Amino acid sequence: MKRFSSIFSTAVIAGAVAAACGGGGGGPVRPPSEAAAPGTVQINGAGATFPYPIYSKWFSEYNKLHPNVQINYQSIGSGGGIRQLLERTVFFGASDQPMTDEMLAKAPGPILHLPTVLGAVVPVYNLAAMNTQIKFTGPLLADIFLGKITRWNDQAIAKLNPGVSLPAESITVAHRSDGSGTTFVFADYLSKVSPEWKQKVGANSSLNWPVGVGGKGNEGVAGLVTQTPGSIGYVELVYALQSKMTYGAVQNQDGEFIVPDVTSVTAAAAGALPTMPKDFRVSITNSPGRGAYPISSFTWLLLYENPEDKTHARIMSEFITWALKEGQAMAATLGYAPLPEQLVPLELEQLNRIKVQ
Amino acid sequence: MKVRTGSDFGFRVGTGAFAALVLAIVAAIALVLFPESFLSIREFGLRFWITDMWDPVAGQFGARPFIWGTIYSSILALLIAAPISLGIATYLSELCPAWLRQPLIFLTELLAAIPSIVYGLWGLFVLVPLVRRLETAMPENLRQTALFSGPPIGLGMLAAGLILAVMVTPFISSLAREVLKAVPRTQREGAYALGATQWEAIRVALAYGRTGIIGAIMLGFGRALGETMAVTMVIGNNPTVSWSLFAPQYTMAAVIANEFTEATDDLHLHALIEIGLVLFIITLVVNGLSRMLIWSINRRTISKSKANAEPATVGEAA
Repeated sequence: MKRFSSIFSTAVIAGAVAAACGGGGGGPVRPPSEAAAPGTVQINGAGATFPYPIYSKWFSEYNKLHPNVQINYQSIGSGGGIRQLLERTVFFGASDQPMTDEMLAKAPGPILHLPTVLGAVVPVYNLAAMNTQIKFTGPLLADIFLGKITRWNDQAIAKLNPGVSLPAESITVAHRSDGSGTTFVFADYLSKVSPEWKQKVGANSSLNWPVGVGGKGNEGVAGLVTQTPGSIGYVELVYALQSKMTYGAVQNQDGEFIVPDVTSVTAAAAGALPTMPKDFRVSITNSPGRGAYPISSFTWLLLYENPEDKTHARIMSEFITWALKEGQAMAATLGYAPLPEQLVPLELEQLNRIKVQ
Repeated sequence: MKVRTGSDFGFRVGTGAFAALVLAIVAAIALVLFPESFLSIREFGLRFWITDMWDPVAGQFGARPFIWGTIYSSILALLIAAPISLGIATYLSELCPAWLRQPLIFLTELLAAIPSIVYGLWGLFVLVPLVRRLETAMPENLRQTALFSGPPIGLGMLAAGLILAVMVTPFISSLAREVLKAVPRTQREGAYALGATQWEAIRVALAYGRTGIIGAIMLGFGRALGETMAVTMVIGNNPTVSWSLFAPQYTMAAVIANEFTEATDDLHLHALIEIGLVLFIITLVVNGLSRMLIWSINRRTISKSKANAEPATVGEAA
């Protein structure tokens, strides 16, 4: 009998520890590269997962041009990136949403926001025997995700899509369950076009969803939508392009129905230029302008204006200058929208504020 | 008794230190969880345990749906996994032909080595569509009952319970097999000598090893409580309290994994860590309760065997 109880005690403790530790986690942390040649400068950054593919492409291309510069990036999420930047454990951060005034007040020094590329969020759906692109308006999307419109053949959808035979199926809403910049951008847009959304739900990377099921990551939402007839969800444009999903057109401020692509996303940033604040902390959802896709957003690099390490500061501003000029050409091939050309000089001006001496 | 030598003493202290390390780790976890969830504890107090609201935008946090989802999914998993695992263990240790035993043991242990994310993806792309088919095939009058209400999405409590069951089965069955292996030959021989059939002899062995078997099941329960990734992918992640097997729900580990990386607001972060604290406390309580269960079974067994030893008191004991 003694033997069994000892097996049991081991089980209990293992179980307790496994269960207690099972949760947390801050994402993968890459160790700094081991094989650093002498004279190599290593700069560490952390943050958003959305721009990770383009950033790692830039860092490796830049390393080919400047073999002594190695920039390491951990894609641990915008929240984690901001926290690490505030604690100064990384040299730069990256985020899909601008830092709030409250967060900036907590920082040990002024922080610059520098937009690098643009992304977009697109509505995806699963309607059997139909490849037609469905047209949406902002308020319609809000009503669907609020659970107020529950059938595909609802008047509100039919009116926008004459000639499309919509089924009498009920709508299953799919959303991201993990905290995500994608959710923030989508909810930020809905907050601008629907007062009810703004009041009941609001905008954040995690939300208290009125209806629907949550899938983890773009792949989770995409998996849900492709498997569930009558479902609707939202994913990043990059992801929808790569996985060849059907996505809808969304009406912009000028009343045009815009099919999202890199051109219409860049147009959204261009439309926001006249009202662009100097620090670039701006949401460009529901942006005015011809051909602008309304659910678009910047992604930002975050840097201290007066970093402690001046060598890193100089190298990082050289890198960003390169990324804003030569680097932009690589964006579209990966599905990211390049910055509008008129924005680049404004950013270079801001970049000059970084104290490199 | 021999005089204790120096090396004996060193060995005793060394192993004792390792054992103390376990206590230190458990204490350290608790010590970290408390201050890190301070803001949320101060803001919500005990209400945190019984509130349904989880709204990061408004800064309102309550853990009840997550506690419910965690315990419901784990119990569901055990209801499915425990009988199957005991069947596997019994077959492997008592009935299986020798040439088949090693391959089967290897395969069950292989199941335990598959990473959780792989189970999650398999769950999402294979299990969930099957569950959806079951849901759509369910007769309408059954769909009206509390246990099967909700839209036929596939994602939800049933999918989570099933995937957890698959994941804990290898653990419970391997441990239970070890337990059965440790049952002395004499127990079975005694049973056969009394004219027992094979089934009856196996029952004797199972009864003899029951504390170990309950221990094995409790280990499975502990794993199910803390399992994160696979459950997150199939449970639907909707913080509601519902009896329905088809309703999308949420677990404590899943909400931490989902929201931790992007939580920028301090209160949100503290509320997530408090969820971790709640999970820790619940795990301790569950394990404590199972300890008591075993203790009471042992006591009953001992008093019974004492009673059996004295024929005169048999009537009283029964």
